[in-house]
Amino acid sequence: MSTTTVHESTEPTWFKRTFTAERPPWQERQGPFGLLLKGIATVLVLLAVLLPLYTVVLTSFSGQEAITEAGGLVLVPGELTLAAYRTVLAGGVVTQAAMVSIFVTVVGTSLSVLVSILAAYGLSRPASLWHRPILFTFLITMFFGAGMIPTYLLVSSLGLINTLWSLILPTAVSAFNVLVLRAFFMGIDQSILEAARIDGASDWRILFSLVVPMSKAAIAVVAMFYAVGYFNAFFNAMLYINDNSLWPLQLVLRSYVLQGVELPGGGAVPGDVAGGAPADLAVKMAIMVLAILPILAVYPFVQRHFTKGVIFGAIKG
Amino acid sequence: MSSTTEIDEVRDAGRPGETRPSRPAPRNEPPARSRKGWRLRLRQDRTLLIMCVPAVGLLAVFAYLPMLGNVIAWQDYSPYVGIANSQFVGWANFERVFTNPLFLDAVVNTLTITAFQLVFFFPVPIMLALFVNGLMTPWLRNVIQSVVYLPHFFSWVLVVTIFQQILGGAGLLNQELGKLGLGGFDMMTNPDTFLLLVTSQAVWKDAGWGMIIFLAALSTVNPEHYEAAALDGAGRWRRMWHVTLPAIRPTIILLLILRLGDSLTVGFEQLILQRGAVGAEVAEVIDTYVYYQGVVNGDWAFAAAAGLVKGLVSLLLVLGANKLAHLFGEAGVYKKA
Repeated sequence: MSTTTVHESTEPTWFKRTFTAERPPWQERQGPFGLLLKGIATVLVLLAVLLPLYTVVLTSFSGQEAITEAGGLVLVPGELTLAAYRTVLAGGVVTQAAMVSIFVTVVGTSLSVLVSILAAYGLSRPASLWHRPILFTFLITMFFGAGMIPTYLLVSSLGLINTLWSLILPTAVSAFNVLVLRAFFMGIDQSILEAARIDGASDWRILFSLVVPMSKAAIAVVAMFYAVGYFNAFFNAMLYINDNSLWPLQLVLRSYVLQGVELPGGGAVPGDVAGGAPADLAVKMAIMVLAILPILAVYPFVQRHFTKGVIFGAIKG
Repeated sequence: MSSTTEIDEVRDAGRPGETRPSRPAPRNEPPARSRKGWRLRLRQDRTLLIMCVPAVGLLAVFAYLPMLGNVIAWQDYSPYVGIANSQFVGWANFERVFTNPLFLDAVVNTLTITAFQLVFFFPVPIMLALFVNGLMTPWLRNVIQSVVYLPHFFSWVLVVTIFQQILGGAGLLNQELGKLGLGGFDMMTNPDTFLLLVTSQAVWKDAGWGMIIFLAALSTVNPEHYEAAALDGAGRWRRMWHVTLPAIRPTIILLLILRLGDSLTVGFEQLILQRGAVGAEVAEVIDTYVYYQGVVNGDWAFAAAAGLVKGLVSLLLVLGANKLAHLFGEAGVYKKA
């Protein structure tokens, strides 16, 4: 969203009052009151998102004393400790759940992205045989879902209950994502692909050596959408997974952190932790941080492509 | 869905560098295309079709097969004998659905939440977009955008948990209020403020994300319009009113119509997470009702009938909304924006 180029200037751009080339007349600076208002709004918006995250992260690193002193979530850093993380990652339920989440996310995303790329390319050539009816089968799924009950019965009759495949296969293909990719593929300069075709390259080769490398941004966005879907899915796990050794992180979060249910088998294994047992709240917040961390890790790399990707899908679709 | 066709047609026709003849509409096709032509095309496009197989297969099994499973809505279904051997009972399950006061309550709750969110959630992304668009410092715009998109990628469990930690009985707000001698209210379990709660959660999670599409619409505004308006002496607010708003009005109408079409669906995960704490009288929506009747209580056929009714009505609403969009002169929409 870079609309204005950065200009070398002795004073900061926000300070300029006059009409200048880099500030068109319809965007001229407003008076101090307007500026103050904007500043306050900016701070409020940023605080609304960041303050909760800040306090959660800070609490997860806080010791019992700091938490008791604060009476709950910690706003002012006091004594910091890694005890909560040591506990959570000591191999108990939470560690197990994190592994499940990672497995489902990695395997599911790989499968989904591969299948979607293939389908998107298969549907991207105008005038190809039957592409329209096939496209239609995708579109229908965006309008009409079968409903929770029949889907549950299907998953159960396929014997997928209490397997991790129940968290992957039912949501493996998203028509929306296929269409985003398709739109992107269709936007590629077709003369390059045509040249390759004339040179005798097969569609497989064109897809994997030309189209995929040219569509990295779109694929990254779609992969992120899929990955976030798998990582965040909680309801499917609630439906299909009864065995709590197969629980993904979101279910642990719901049971232990939101509902306050004791962790089966004890996610907390106090005693062998140096520096004493971590505060209960710190453990809970550490689990929350674990549930945020993967997203925060990938986010910066994909974030700048969002606008393009989403708009591509939404408008050109 | 005719919209799709039209859009496709226009786009395909305008494709540069496409050497194949653009796909003829049936009536323009060469008379009685021979089997040979069809075979030839099959051979040419074989690879493309093979590429579609995995995705179509997954959809066939996990999207279309369950659609057939909806027959249990007409059965006295028992999981012990299966779909094949269960007795058909006609419309009995549907009659039960429509005479069930709890289902009707769920419908009312669903529509209430939708209506409330339409008024208090829908405008927020627009206001955010106008606000961000008005910020002159590029890096600040980028920072704000990155930050407000972020919660969209959090799971509902996480969002609800964060709200509980901040606004709940033992939450941050209460603990700060307690220091001032005020404390003692728990927003997370209060049915009276539930609408406010779910709406603010939705705003926190998705308002920033919803802003993207409006920012895109704003970026297409021709700067000359602003210049012209500015030269004509239009002030800040007049330019906003006469240039900016008309530019995003189509997008606003479009999303509004879509939202109306989607009105039987409110955040399912969000509500099922909080139904226990707040109580069914305000937090039971159609989806949660289906879940409890079917999966929890084992009244499969009844739940399937309720789910089917909801799915069909939603479908009609979306298609109707799509039609409405056409009437407003918008390009057809066949996807969630």
